[in-house]
Amino acid sequence: MLLFSCPNCGPRNETEFHYGGQAHVAYPESPDQLSNREWAEYLFYRENTKGLFAERWVHAAGCRKWFNMVRDTVSYEIQAVYGMGEQAPEGLTAPPAAQAKSQPLAPAEAGTTTASEGV
Amino acid sequence: MSADHLPEHPEFLWRNPDPKKSYDAVIVGGGGHGLATAYFLAKNHGMTNIAILEKGWLAGGNMARNTTIIRSNYLWDESAAIYEHSLKLWEILPEELEYDFLFSQRGVMNLAHTLGDVRESMRRVGANQLNGVDAEWLDPKQVKELCPILNINDNIRYPVMGATYQPRAGIAKHDHVAWAFARKCDELGVDIIQNCEVTGFIKDGNKVTGVKTTRGTINTEKVGLCAAGHSSVLAEMAGFRLPIQSHPLQALVSELHEPVHPTVVMSNHVHVYVSQAHKGELVMGAGVDSYNGYGQRGSFHVIEEQMAAAVELFPIFGRAHVLRTWGGIVDTTMDASPIVGATPVENMFVNCGWGTGGFKGTPAAGLTFAHTIATGTPHTLNKPFSLERFETGALIDEHGAAAVAH
Repeated sequence: MLLFSCPNCGPRNETEFHYGGQAHVAYPESPDQLSNREWAEYLFYRENTKGLFAERWVHAAGCRKWFNMVRDTVSYEIQAVYGMGEQAPEGLTAPPAAQAKSQPLAPAEAGTTTASEGV
Repeated sequence: MSADHLPEHPEFLWRNPDPKKSYDAVIVGGGGHGLATAYFLAKNHGMTNIAILEKGWLAGGNMARNTTIIRSNYLWDESAAIYEHSLKLWEILPEELEYDFLFSQRGVMNLAHTLGDVRESMRRVGANQLNGVDAEWLDPKQVKELCPILNINDNIRYPVMGATYQPRAGIAKHDHVAWAFARKCDELGVDIIQNCEVTGFIKDGNKVTGVKTTRGTINTEKVGLCAAGHSSVLAEMAGFRLPIQSHPLQALVSELHEPVHPTVVMSNHVHVYVSQAHKGELVMGAGVDSYNGYGQRGSFHVIEEQMAAAVELFPIFGRAHVLRTWGGIVDTTMDASPIVGATPVENMFVNCGWGTGGFKGTPAAGLTFAHTIATGTPHTLNKPFSLERFETGALIDEHGAAAVAH
């Protein structure tokens, strides 16, 4: 069982928390202008990193607040815990990989995603 | 009554060749799906100059780690069609592959514990019957008749209010299934190359032309990815993304017991599933860990909750000992349905996203994926399971609709 350090409550058992998936996925800046492909990217495509992964958790059975965490998806070691709206500490982000790149299904349909960190 | 005897193996299973310089098609992943794909490529499409690349040993990944349950009682038409076709193939494969892998159609019960469960279950029975899938509704007494060790008292936390029952469902000896496919693949000329990890792909423009491996570069005209939990790792090497999240899924077995558990019992609500293996172990599984992980081990609290549910439903298990637990990495999609078809890279195809349900789908995954690789077009059964559905919105949302969550 993992031990998480809630930024508000301190070290607590994993079972008190609920997983929220990849962190820093921004709501589209101009949702009315997105193509179907870009909506698919926003709704269904997430990083699936083997290694360091920035993700969101909520302390559901405690302070009920969300926070970010960098965890290794192979060793499950927790590398950093930081607040919502903050960036992951330097050197602890996943390798750039396919991040933020719009990968078209058909090459002809390539488009750019307009996204920002949002609130 | 004694446990079934395991069948004898044939004298020869498969060769262990070195990779050739080039193949007509390369299948990445030597698990059940990769082996079944290669088998149907050779048998149905005459493609025999092909190789299966496996980074470890044959069928040592999820194929060696699953709970061996086979059923087709899915809700949506598309899922019922592909899983029912799979079940029909399971029924003829032991003879076709000339290998007894102990496919035992002992039936699967999916328990209902709440009024909501009851209604959902009855709806699914109706949907199954309309789709030609055998299904019936059992009241608690009928449940008890089929599986006498189940506790049907109504004063427990999750009382059994009934169950759906698929009599043709069951279990098979998973290792033997893999070896059966592997032996036939070898016989048909397929090269099974173990200890050969894919490290990259060679492309000409947007077309894949080769595979880089730890045992050298292999040229090929077509590539089929069958790597389950590691599919998005491969896709990243090839330069595209998949809507896949990899999660650890764990299972466990008890020590051997005399036959006590005559069918397969699953519960979506408390999320435990139990069957008794041919040798006598109780085989149990639970849900996936909530977080992404590649660690091939699961959280202790998941097993703890699952065991609590199992002991309440089956009081006699209170004295059984856990012998072994293990984890596999499952590739989940947002709609809990697989992805079988073309990718953004020309001549590269993907079969993934089977989540926790890959074993039962092995024959149909192989058959339809082989069709797609050989012809470059979808098979009727895998057409709805394309990558495009995440763009078109034609999702096949089995989350909560299927007999058990993925």
